Amino acid sequence: MTGVALDARVVVERPGFVLDVALHAAAGEVVAVMGPSGAGKSTLLGALAGLAPLREGHVRLGERVLDAAPGVRTHVTPSRRGVVLLGQDPRLFPHLSAHENVAFGLLARGIPKRVAGVEAEEWLSRVGLDGMGLRRPAELSGGQQQRVAIARALATAPAALLLDEPLTSLDTETAADLRAMLREQLSATHTTAVVATHDAVDSVSLADGLVVVEDGRVTQAGRVRDVLRAPASRFVAAVSGLNRVVGVVEGDRWSSGGMSLPCVGGGRGDAAAVFPPSSVRLGPAAELTELAEGEWLARVTRLEQTPAGVRVRTADPEVAVDLSADRVAEAGLVPGVPVRLHLDPDGVRFLPV
Amino acid sequence: MNRGAGRGFVPQILLLPACVGLALLVLPLITLVARVDWSTLWADVTAPEAVSALLLSLGTGLVATTVCVLLGVPLALVIARSGARLAGVLRALVTVPLVLPPMVGGIALLFLFGRSSWLGGILGEWGIRIPFTSTAVVLAQTFVALPFLVLAVEGSLRTTGVGYEQTAAALGAGRWTILRRVTLPLAAPGLMAGVILCFARAIGEFGATALFAGNAPGVTQTMPLAIYTAFNGAGVTQGTAVALSLLLLVTAIGVLLLVRAWRPETPR
Repeated sequence: MTGVALDARVVVERPGFVLDVALHAAAGEVVAVMGPSGAGKSTLLGALAGLAPLREGHVRLGERVLDAAPGVRTHVTPSRRGVVLLGQDPRLFPHLSAHENVAFGLLARGIPKRVAGVEAEEWLSRVGLDGMGLRRPAELSGGQQQRVAIARALATAPAALLLDEPLTSLDTETAADLRAMLREQLSATHTTAVVATHDAVDSVSLADGLVVVEDGRVTQAGRVRDVLRAPASRFVAAVSGLNRVVGVVEGDRWSSGGMSLPCVGGGRGDAAAVFPPSSVRLGPAAELTELAEGEWLARVTRLEQTPAGVRVRTADPEVAVDLSADRVAEAGLVPGVPVRLHLDPDGVRFLPV
Repeated sequence: MNRGAGRGFVPQILLLPACVGLALLVLPLITLVARVDWSTLWADVTAPEAVSALLLSLGTGLVATTVCVLLGVPLALVIARSGARLAGVLRALVTVPLVLPPMVGGIALLFLFGRSSWLGGILGEWGIRIPFTSTAVVLAQTFVALPFLVLAVEGSLRTTGVGYEQTAAALGAGRWTILRRVTLPLAAPGLMAGVILCFARAIGEFGATALFAGNAPGVTQTMPLAIYTAFNGAGVTQGTAVALSLLLLVTAIGVLLLVRAWRPETPR
């Protein structure tokens, strides 16, 4: 089974919101779609699955036109698209066993019962659920249910698989196991897939391409690595864990708020400084000392717990700094406290805005 | 686990009306059983009129329930998958026979199928006469029982939603496959409850049957009508009525147990 290329431009209207996104996935390619909540990721996947009519645009799978609008309107019903949408909720049929769930799609395609049974068994073992076929969904854990759902989706050899936050409702460890399994199966079956996610790890480990959707539009698209390295928006910067500060270049200096850095290359206009929070050093804002190169005064605006410690958000400009929790306590950081920040200019990249 | 945790915080004084309510439901039936004249019971229930009334009741009740399922499930599907406004209107229309006194239903049916009506006229030309036949009994029972089935199934379908159906469609299943393998199995608890209510209502039906079908022994005299006749019979002891009531009660409980035994596992 080999995937086919997916090419789509989806324009869907929702009350107070228009989604207009173009998306392309080569045969067997996995494309991640990232964006803030409400950006339209689920709407996009729903439209690709044929659940929402297009106001404009097209959906093509290989040679087949699944949707076209306006003009000669085409709309292939969900059951004939060869596209399977898998959401956060595995939506296993509660009245069927795991085995029957996996066999469902095969039987629906007219595959003889015995063959479907054997294939379903194989799929269950491929997703690591050997011997669990007779269990009802209610008797499986969340992770196991999602495994069954993945097996059920892949068993039908879909022309394209759409995954809408498939790992979001799972705990970190289960999600990691499932991600590895999904990666393995997607590449083994060479399935063209679109994965909507808010998790950078999903994009990095599952996808080749990344499309960033914000407020119904594509704000950035490209190889996952390229997009994450050069965030074009605050959202992407947050996803890749980088600071992105928009400032003004004048001569060979870049500045934003109280922050000023040397900027080789020069020129004039707006530029974004991109740097990791770990490269920012934080010290007390002793009033009378002079500011050295790469130093500025800021105020703590917010503290956030991260797995690695505490992320200290400061202004102005808005810059995040990562510290260990004991350092935060030692420095007595609470919102409103003035601090002195230092950034090594070597660790900064400037991107055009 | 705390034994009291599941009991919540209901005021204890409510136990009093609760007991009165339960007594009101149970005491009359106990008294009825107590009044049974066991020496003549067997003769009473095996009397030809009693047997024919029971068979007629069961037969018409089963046919009416089948008709209710065949018409009610599609109607429930239509209501459950309509928009909120249309569904509201349809549901109200279905509920009318439920709140209507069955007598009124009987008169309305008589007017629709009677010889003087347009429909009765057309049927009459084909040589079909419905009022005061066993068909009328089935129609009357269907009229009063259908709402129970429709509302039970519709509620079940609406709760389940269309999510599973969408999933099934995405997996390549066509409409009939989805109906057969997903929609109906998921609505099975509602369907089962609907069938029980429907059948119970059908075999207990009196008012509409009396007016629309009459009280001809062997043709339209169902159990409730036979009980009424026996009870009001001049000079006859009420023992026959009591015996027949007991028979109906036992039949109803029997059906309930039978259906419960078949009940599929409730999903989730």
